[in-house]
Amino acid sequence: MKHLDAPLHVQGLSQFTDDVRPPRDMVHGVVFGSPVARGVIRALHVEEATASPGVVAVLTAEHIPGNPLFGPIIQDERLLAQDEVAYVGQPLAIVLAETRADAVRARALITAHIDEQEPQFDPRAAYDRGDIIGKPVAFAMGDVDGVWAQCAHVVEGSCSIGGQEHVPLETNRARAFPKEDGQMLIWSSTQSPYAVQRAAAKILGVPENKVEVDVKRLGGGFGGKEDQATHWAVMAAVAARHTARPIEIVLHREEDIRMTGKRHPYESDFKIGLDDDGLILAFEAKHFQNAGAFADLSMPVLERTLFHSTNAYFIPNVRVHAACCRTNLAPNTAFRGFGGPQGMFVIEAAIAKAADAMGLAPDQIQAKNLLRDGDELYYGQKTERCMMRRTWDEAAEAFDLESFRKRAHDFNAANFGVKKGFAVMPVCFGISFTKSFLNQAGALVHVYTDGSVSVTSGGIEMGQGLSTNLQAIAARTFGIDPARVKVEATNTTRVSNMSPSAASATTDLNGNAVIQAVREIRAGLLRVAGELLGAAPDSLTIAHDRVARDGKSTEIDWNRLVSEAYLRRRKLSAYGYYATPNLSFDHATNKGNAFAYHVYGTCITEVSLDCLRGIYTIDSVKVVHDLGRPINELVDLGQVEGGLMQGLGWMTMEDLVWDEKGRYTSGSLSTYKAPDVYFAPDDLDVRFLPFWENEPGPLGAKAVGEPPLMYGIGVYFALQSAIRAFAPDTALVFKTPMTPERALLALHPDWSPSPSADRS
Amino acid sequence: MPTVFYLNDSLVRAAASPGVLALDYIRHECSLTGTKEGCKEGDCGACTVLMGEREGDTVRYQPVTSCTLPLGELHGRHVVTVEGLNLPDALSPVQSAIVDEGATQCGYCTPGFVVSLTALLLDATKTLSDDNVKYAIGGNLCRCTGYRSLKAAGARIREGVESKLTPDRVASLVNAGAIPAYFATMARKLAAIESPASPAPARTPAPSGTAPPPLLLAGGTDLYIQRGDRIPDQDVVILNRLPGMRTIEERDGRIHAGALVTFEQFMQSAQLRKIMPALHDYGLLMASWPIRNRATLSGNILNASPIADMVSLLLVLDSELTFRSGSAKRSVPLRSFYTGYKTYDMRPGEILEAVSFPVPAPGTLFHWEKVSKRRTLDIATVNTGIRMRMNGGVIEDAAVSLGGVAPVPLYLEETSRFLTGREPSVETVLAAIDRAQAECAPISDVRGSAGYKRLLVRQLILAHFLTLFPEELTMERFYEAS
Ligand SMILES: Cc1cc2nc3c(=O)[nH]c(=O)nc-3n(C[C@H](O)[C@H](O)[C@H](O)COP(=O)(O)OP(=O)(O)OC[C@H]3O[C@@H](n4cnc5c(N)ncnc54)[C@H](O)[C@@H]3O)c2cc1C
Ligand code: FES
Ligand code: FES
Repeated sequence: MKHLDAPLHVQGLSQFTDDVRPPRDMVHGVVFGSPVARGVIRALHVEEATASPGVVAVLTAEHIPGNPLFGPIIQDERLLAQDEVAYVGQPLAIVLAETRADAVRARALITAHIDEQEPQFDPRAAYDRGDIIGKPVAFAMGDVDGVWAQCAHVVEGSCSIGGQEHVPLETNRARAFPKEDGQMLIWSSTQSPYAVQRAAAKILGVPENKVEVDVKRLGGGFGGKEDQATHWAVMAAVAARHTARPIEIVLHREEDIRMTGKRHPYESDFKIGLDDDGLILAFEAKHFQNAGAFADLSMPVLERTLFHSTNAYFIPNVRVHAACCRTNLAPNTAFRGFGGPQGMFVIEAAIAKAADAMGLAPDQIQAKNLLRDGDELYYGQKTERCMMRRTWDEAAEAFDLESFRKRAHDFNAANFGVKKGFAVMPVCFGISFTKSFLNQAGALVHVYTDGSVSVTSGGIEMGQGLSTNLQAIAARTFGIDPARVKVEATNTTRVSNMSPSAASATTDLNGNAVIQAVREIRAGLLRVAGELLGAAPDSLTIAHDRVARDGKSTEIDWNRLVSEAYLRRRKLSAYGYYATPNLSFDHATNKGNAFAYHVYGTCITEVSLDCLRGIYTIDSVKVVHDLGRPINELVDLGQVEGGLMQGLGWMTMEDLVWDEKGRYTSGSLSTYKAPDVYFAPDDLDVRFLPFWENEPGPLGAKAVGEPPLMYGIGVYFALQSAIRAFAPDTALVFKTPMTPERALLALHPDWSPSPSADRS
Repeated sequence: MPTVFYLNDSLVRAAASPGVLALDYIRHECSLTGTKEGCKEGDCGACTVLMGEREGDTVRYQPVTSCTLPLGELHGRHVVTVEGLNLPDALSPVQSAIVDEGATQCGYCTPGFVVSLTALLLDATKTLSDDNVKYAIGGNLCRCTGYRSLKAAGARIREGVESKLTPDRVASLVNAGAIPAYFATMARKLAAIESPASPAPARTPAPSGTAPPPLLLAGGTDLYIQRGDRIPDQDVVILNRLPGMRTIEERDGRIHAGALVTFEQFMQSAQLRKIMPALHDYGLLMASWPIRNRATLSGNILNASPIADMVSLLLVLDSELTFRSGSAKRSVPLRSFYTGYKTYDMRPGEILEAVSFPVPAPGTLFHWEKVSKRRTLDIATVNTGIRMRMNGGVIEDAAVSLGGVAPVPLYLEETSRFLTGREPSVETVLAAIDRAQAECAPISDVRGSAGYKRLLVRQLILAHFLTLFPEELTMERFYEAS
């Protein structure tokens, strides 16, 4: 089975938001963003822009008809800034014109007089000032303070973890169409249609039922469109209301990078205690999250950091503190892994540092402390059907872990200027939204009288293969050919109150909802079949487009069954609803069952480092991953490989740089580099555990979207070990990404630039 | 005068300004939305199209990024978008390989990959090896797949198609049903488009106070990135529509390269590869295939970026620039051409016509290094070239260039002079590095800190010598000595 949309994609026939032929009178909007990172707005002059050729209108904060404040958790953000600005690029005005070129020309005529204030970018300093969003949070188990004294080795350190730009190939964009009676239709490239609907309704000052949001597909999201697609969609809606014309807003790449948030940079401290054998007895971490200027999703992201701070290890005594620290960057947001990667990096750094102090290989400590079935995690959930050690053992065996050690050792002994390093990265990642109420989904299934089937869910197709999965789920549950099933655009009038397509849970939640709907229709159809055949419905099934009785085909095929049901006035549509059972996380005590289950896997990464130039190649990445029983193996393989590649990029070349004024100097694809085909390792070998039925997943599947990203963390430690092979005295530093610059400087710890004092 | 060209199988007469971007024209005026916009700066490849130029009774196709391509350039050309590769009732081998390997997820990058891989099939100079598959898609970003499946798609295409290819790639691909049949008719159709009288470039400076002189557009790969929004409204001269300036010739002991020679042409030139045996590998570190098909020598020289890669090569070749204004010609050595950040010795009304340099004596050693954050399709943090003529173990003549460490691309005069007459020993190299450090003044920016760039200066000069004298010099000995 292939990707459902693949034939359209390869022919250039699949339509994205702005590929549909625009209505004649469509107006183009561009956004004027704050030129400064922090300050008080004295005046905003838009008169010249308004008079510029082709301009229809220029909208500012005063044009917001309803409640100007929005935000997914705390409503602390304004659609258009008023009084003050808090990051470079914060939207101040929308220029609407007949063409995009007219709008861009007019935008250059806007002037903003802003009294600049000293911007803040350091999360630790923000924490010290008390400038945090929400409250600090702590997860704890056991008696950390009491145990340090018993540890043979206690190691402390700190990490500085870089952020990451999403770079979905399709930037943020939306169209809005004004409709009768104050209604609004919005097409948005969003992972969260309901977030758009809710925000648009509030900001337009209308009930939610007057806003319809429709999403066909996304050219990538990765979390960047979970909450931050909302802004542009709502701006388009406000503009459509104001002008009574259809509006399109398409961000150009540089606008998208400048105006939207990224994966959160973190500053973290750790302390780890071990016995002489490398058993971890206690672990403590403090995470200072660089949240940016507004709350956005920073709090739930922070929470997931807390959940994943011991990654794949059982540690009896744990204490993790964390806080969202306010800075003058664009509000940082969801990104595949959602805070988990930062938490995992820190424990891996702690293990690397402890191993170094103890003269052990990091993988010896890792292997010793892996989770077992039934272990109680520090947030109170016990692992069930835990595959952690199994994936580790299979990876160690299938890929011959010892051969990596030997190869690095022999190669490094024989070569001066090139060094090899490797690292193992086990991953344990919890599946479910940690805000339990989000773990619900609806799906609408129609069967038409010609036997074709329409499926709408609350999930978004963004390349992760949701429609392919839903098609397979519906077809298999009905017992019909998948070709009969069409998966529709996501639309808020067909499915209500949907949760964002996020947390890897989209197929789990929506697939289960589709199963509910299909089962209801199918049960009715089998009753009809029973009437036709004079048989008890429970002796009947549908398989291969035909009713079977006690396993044997009957003369009733799917088309006949459906038309009989119609003629007999039976229900051929159903709305399925699913809520993940057994979730009971208590946010007062921070204990409970936060996740439906965990995903496990183990990755081995090997690198070669050119110690003369500081550049490196990833020789191989080898993975054993647990999928349960995949709905579509090809789709899931793509998820593992793609997630892994983003993780590799995050740890190596994806370097977010801003200047002292808070402007991203890595603000385009010429300065912000993401992996290309030459960077991708030629030897990428992903294997799966033998398939098994994961009961909470639809048809036994496991979620797969996010966990593989964290395999990428291994490359940092592989590079570090190669650096150490060349420069044994270089300090172990945990500062990501490991750019060629950081690698070369680490290889030459004694380097000090000579002659003149350069400007820096 | 309208721009007349074929877009897929249809004749287009475009009245729009020649400076309008091909991408915008294709998407908005022609409603062909398979071509995607991912960056509008040449860096993602989502907008890649084929541009076909008639050569006798065949058409030669090259992939180019339509987001850096002026409409005016298309006159008499065949432009192929992903839609133009669709067969009437089947997927093409490229398309089906991508489908079968699961090498498309969100699909936004996919049309670009289809076009780039098809470009590889159409290029008679290239096999379908794994390396060439990477070569072909090196300018295409995919954020979803991780590339393994795309490489596998390349291998699958090779298995299905390679045995059917003949030197006439268009004909054999049409016969194999791998591209639509209309391709076979294009040479004839393009011949029927009359070539317009060359628009005259401004050769005399505009008198002050009147309209600004027209913008000279070569490949557009710098201009559109820097000021793309304004070009459609401007009066432009499409330099590629002028005759000449596109060949590489050897005459009187010198190589003469037309100013409009592209990066790709330069790196593929057999003549130049004799002089610089590793030239092709250097080229791989410059931009990407679709950009190299457009980027010109003159654009690189006149954009005057401190990290210009071609300039760094041309500096050590001791190049001379020839400018023309009307019938007047003037020559300037490249080494003394730059006067400050993005300022240089060029006069109003001039165009750069050619670059020439002496053919180095046989046995001249040559090497070039570049380090950037990403190895490929990235701008250099530091680049450097070296040329040395040896005589019995002594450096008889040396030239070293260094980019990214000063407001202009540097020719290291002191360092080059110092090396002359010395043996390539550890001491010589260490002393040369000191001189190079004294000649440069890097600053910190998004591509690296000043201290890092200085370290790179040391490392890359070292790399020159380690590469050129592998027998005599080892990295270990340097590290012991320094
Ligand atoms: C994605 C991407 C990657 C890149 N990678 C690299 C890289 O790796 N290394 C590198 O060095 N550069 C790189 N570049 C920059 C660019 O491609 C080169 O500088 C290229 O040589 C510019 O040539 P062009 O013909 O496109 O110039 P244009 O943009 O057409 O012109 C540049 C300037 O030169 C003037 N000009 C051009 N030709 C003439 C002439 N004959 N007479 C008078 N004036 C003229 C133009 O008026 C303009 O001012 C990259 C660019 C992009 C978009
Ligand atoms: S749009 Fe990215 S290369 Fe043209
Ligand atoms: S498939 Fe989404 S960017 Fe390539």
